[in-house]
Amino acid sequence: MATKKKNRLFMRTAILLVMVGAIAFTIYNGVIKEKNELLQVGDQAPDFALTDLNGDRHQLSDYKGQGVFVNFWGTWCKPCEKEFPLMDRQYQVYKDQGVQILAVNIAQSDYEVRQYAEQRNLTFPIVIDKDKSVMEAYNIRPLPTTILVNPEGKITKIITGEMSEEDIVSYMEEIKPE
Amino acid sequence: MTLTAISSNLLYIAFFAYLIATFVFGGAVKGNKKGSFNSEQRWGKVAITITVIGFLAHLGYFFTRWVVSGHAPLSNMFEFTTAFGMTLVGGFIILYSLYKTPVLGMVVLPVALLIIAYASMFPNEISPLIPALQTNWLAIHVSTVVIAEGILAMSAAAGLIYLLKVVDLSKKSKQRFWLEGILYFLVLVVGFVISSSYFTLTNYETTFQYVNKDGQEATIIYNMPPIFGMNESVPLTEDTMTPLAETPPLVDASKLTTVTWSLLVGTVLYVLIRLIVRRRIVQLIQPLMKSVNIQLMDEINYRAVIIGFPIFTLGALVFAMIWAQITWSRFWGWDPKEVWALVTWLFYAAYLHLRLGKGWQGEKSAWLGVIGFAIIMFNLIVVNLIIAGLHSYA
Amino acid sequence: MENLQCQCGHVNPLGTKLCESCGRSLTDKEQNSKLVDMRYEGTARRSQTYNKSIIDKIWNFFSSVKVGVSIIVILLVAAALGTILPQQAFVPANTEATIKAYYADTYGSVGRVYHFLGFHDLYSSYWFIALVGMLAISLVIASLDRFVPLYNSLKNQRVLRHPSFMEKQRVYAQGPGADDTLQKTEAKLKELKYKVRTDKNGLLAEKGRFSRWGPYVNHIGLIIFLVGVMLRMIPGFYVDETLWIREGETRAIPEVPGYSLENVKFALETYTGEGEEARFGEALDRVGTVAKNYQTDIVLYQAPNNSLPGETDNLEVVKEYPIRVNQPLKFDGYAIYQMDYKLNELKTMTFALTDQETEESLGELTIDLIDPNESYELKNGSTVKLLGYYPNFSGFENGEPQTASPLPDNPGFLVKMTTPATPQGETSFITIQNTIEPFGPNQYKLTFQNAEMRNVSGLTVRKDSTLPILGLGGLIFMIGVAQGMYFNHRRFWLQQTDSGDILLAGHTNKNWFGLKKDLDQVSAYASLPAYTDQQEETEKEGEPQS
Repeated sequence: MATKKKNRLFMRTAILLVMVGAIAFTIYNGVIKEKNELLQVGDQAPDFALTDLNGDRHQLSDYKGQGVFVNFWGTWCKPCEKEFPLMDRQYQVYKDQGVQILAVNIAQSDYEVRQYAEQRNLTFPIVIDKDKSVMEAYNIRPLPTTILVNPEGKITKIITGEMSEEDIVSYMEEIKPE
Repeated sequence: MTLTAISSNLLYIAFFAYLIATFVFGGAVKGNKKGSFNSEQRWGKVAITITVIGFLAHLGYFFTRWVVSGHAPLSNMFEFTTAFGMTLVGGFIILYSLYKTPVLGMVVLPVALLIIAYASMFPNEISPLIPALQTNWLAIHVSTVVIAEGILAMSAAAGLIYLLKVVDLSKKSKQRFWLEGILYFLVLVVGFVISSSYFTLTNYETTFQYVNKDGQEATIIYNMPPIFGMNESVPLTEDTMTPLAETPPLVDASKLTTVTWSLLVGTVLYVLIRLIVRRRIVQLIQPLMKSVNIQLMDEINYRAVIIGFPIFTLGALVFAMIWAQITWSRFWGWDPKEVWALVTWLFYAAYLHLRLGKGWQGEKSAWLGVIGFAIIMFNLIVVNLIIAGLHSYA
Repeated sequence: MENLQCQCGHVNPLGTKLCESCGRSLTDKEQNSKLVDMRYEGTARRSQTYNKSIIDKIWNFFSSVKVGVSIIVILLVAAALGTILPQQAFVPANTEATIKAYYADTYGSVGRVYHFLGFHDLYSSYWFIALVGMLAISLVIASLDRFVPLYNSLKNQRVLRHPSFMEKQRVYAQGPGADDTLQKTEAKLKELKYKVRTDKNGLLAEKGRFSRWGPYVNHIGLIIFLVGVMLRMIPGFYVDETLWIREGETRAIPEVPGYSLENVKFALETYTGEGEEARFGEALDRVGTVAKNYQTDIVLYQAPNNSLPGETDNLEVVKEYPIRVNQPLKFDGYAIYQMDYKLNELKTMTFALTDQETEESLGELTIDLIDPNESYELKNGSTVKLLGYYPNFSGFENGEPQTASPLPDNPGFLVKMTTPATPQGETSFITIQNTIEPFGPNQYKLTFQNAEMRNVSGLTVRKDSTLPILGLGGLIFMIGVAQGMYFNHRRFWLQQTDSGDILLAGHTNKNWFGLKKDLDQVSAYASLPAYTDQQEETEKEGEPQS
């Protein structure tokens, strides 16, 4: 009789725990946790391959061993416009220290991008994500968004919004190979 | 005569058949005052024959309209509501064939008449289907729902009869108040039908210009003399009545005017009835319930829910979800109509648990049956016309 | 105090109303009532039996019908409250602040209170989910507590019951019988598809016992359904994305790796009211236009294996399909639905290069606003060179033209026109409204001729791997409801005493009308004593005499 009772208590406790756990999980997912972002710091950066204005192919994994500063932008984006000269200046400093910049334009025409780059004398490679597949892979929402990829190919930082020149310097330092 | 004309004439025939049958059922019930079952049977037979003729005409309306329009005539307020009237009568005919209860006819048929009259207040021309409705799920989902609601309404009718018989009217009680309230509501529906028919027949229409909630100019058409005006409204029709009060821009003053006219006319009608008979309407009806077998009414009340609940689940939730998944990409989206289908379902689930688990029978069950019907009517009237959503029929 | 011993010697668990063995009433209440309470066969609900630890107390709480019904009613009221004002998903605002402002602006103080209480997002509030969860707990516990004893009790039914049990059944008869009454009754009941068991001088006939399991089956269905709903929270089970795609564009499908979609054409058809549609004429006159079809003709592409995001050269065509309302594109567990559209975005603009004085044209050029060229050659060696293109021109900043977005809503062009007459070239800035000549008056200008438009289709990308689970739950629920509601459990007990008298009792969980019809047939065949419906008797006695 005593074991029977013990078993019942055990069963009841187990059933209640399972159900309360399931409800807590649901509430946690539905209410508290924001929509989970696809990419997180520490993840392997999804590989991609895009072509720049000169027709050269840039594949992220080809830059293994270097830090890659992936910047998503558009010609209409004001903060992008402000940070480009700063990025370009630091690119001159860091490109020989193993840091690469890839500026990924979101699905604009070759003409607009070329015109924009020429007017500003940008020297880092600018690639165009024609069908927004890279943007989808990186789940980019606001522009500009910058993804810092370290020499091992891991994401070390996701920056949304405008960066100052000091920011850019510190980011470059962060992903600079040893 | 075109098929369209035949179709609408069949609906008229159905309406008048139900009207006549109501009185014959009344006669059958009244003739039985002294307990002479023969006369009840004889008159009952005549009445049910008339009802069946009406029902056949109603079916005829339904299927001829289906032929003419090329789709199941369940696609707007007029069509849905007339179909609801049809399943109501269909449900009653089945019950009558089982239990031979003229008193049920005396209650169901007038309600069916009111529902058909209510339906006829909506535009009744044959209208094309918007893309979302172009699927067989229209016929499958809506017909299942309308059949289920017809059956569930039988539960309410039996419940109402039960209450009319058992509630003690000689002293003041909540039951007496609410019972009279139900009948008052039915009189209000009559008020709506009268006022709306009157203004339609006299071709009343007036247009106003107003400033809407986004601060832009818009126009509003009234089919009844405007009691309420919109925000900063200016008449566009000459010699029209000046609204007595102004509503906030969000409220549709035209709808509010219609509701107010119905309330006014209905209340006047109600007061007139009270003044003439010098009694409550319940008291007028209760004597007719003398020979009612309340045991049987309780049984009908319960069985109707038992039969209707699974069909309602199938139509209003299962089929609805399948269709919503196909059309709107999600089976459930908390659209007001969906929510109210869920509310109705939960309500009947509660009814069943209370009856089976807590032994709520007889009077309690009867009240629940009536409340269930009230929820169904709320979903039909208020949710469609006031709480706009994906389902609201323009 | 643990158990109750009946007079017949059987030991029943505490809380039992009717002896499990002989059916004698065990409680005072039962002994004094005229009819027995046959719900759950008078067995003890398991939770009533033990009330010790906190776990048992929680268990008992959820086991009660009263609590279950209360949860249902609270859910019902809460669900209804959420329809008073539109939920935030239906409101034209999408940030916390604008939503809050929308409720306040549109609905005044009512809206402010509604928003304050969180009713604008009621159905995903923690308390609403918790309520649904409590309902699930109640479903499981209440079912377990009732099913187990009911199952045992029906499985171990005895044929012979105590007379006090029989005479308290709603349908009851007592009277003289003949020698063959039992046999005849048995034969007739078997004919009516009853399962009949006999024991000494009695019989028990039973039909439709499985309908008693209906409630438990449908509760299992509901639980499966709720589990399905919960599973969609797990990543990978559920995708819900919006894809706006313009005619001519090819876009990666969000959350669907490796696939992309090209919008070949979006079309909106409306009813014309002519020909076949003449029958709708009256309705169309009243409401104006009615949409007949929304359709996006698409091509679905898949990137070859091992290809990377961004590589768009070797896409393979998977399918060409017209996506219409009610006819989503389906592939690989995903479905794409036609949900929305925008008509008439600018696609190309055609200009003529004309002499401002003579209005003589040197030819036309068409600028593709999505992919403009750098320069356009005209006849006679005239060229128009595009110095700058601003798809959504928003004004000048430091003399530089600006664009507010990448969409050609208000295109601006900075052009250099070179003609044989003006070999130096003339610069001009053109927008839809006007032309600016920054370096003084020009001889030539670009005059707008016409424009081509394109449409935008709004699609929803969906994957819902929980659908089979939800379908299964729904199916089991429907089976359970039909089983419990469209069938009923009918039983008759018959005993013949030594003196030859017949005791007969009948019970059904519902539809007494049908039970009586069965009994009428049996009575006629086996000449059983006339039965009474004791519940009707009681009610009649209780009625006021009028």
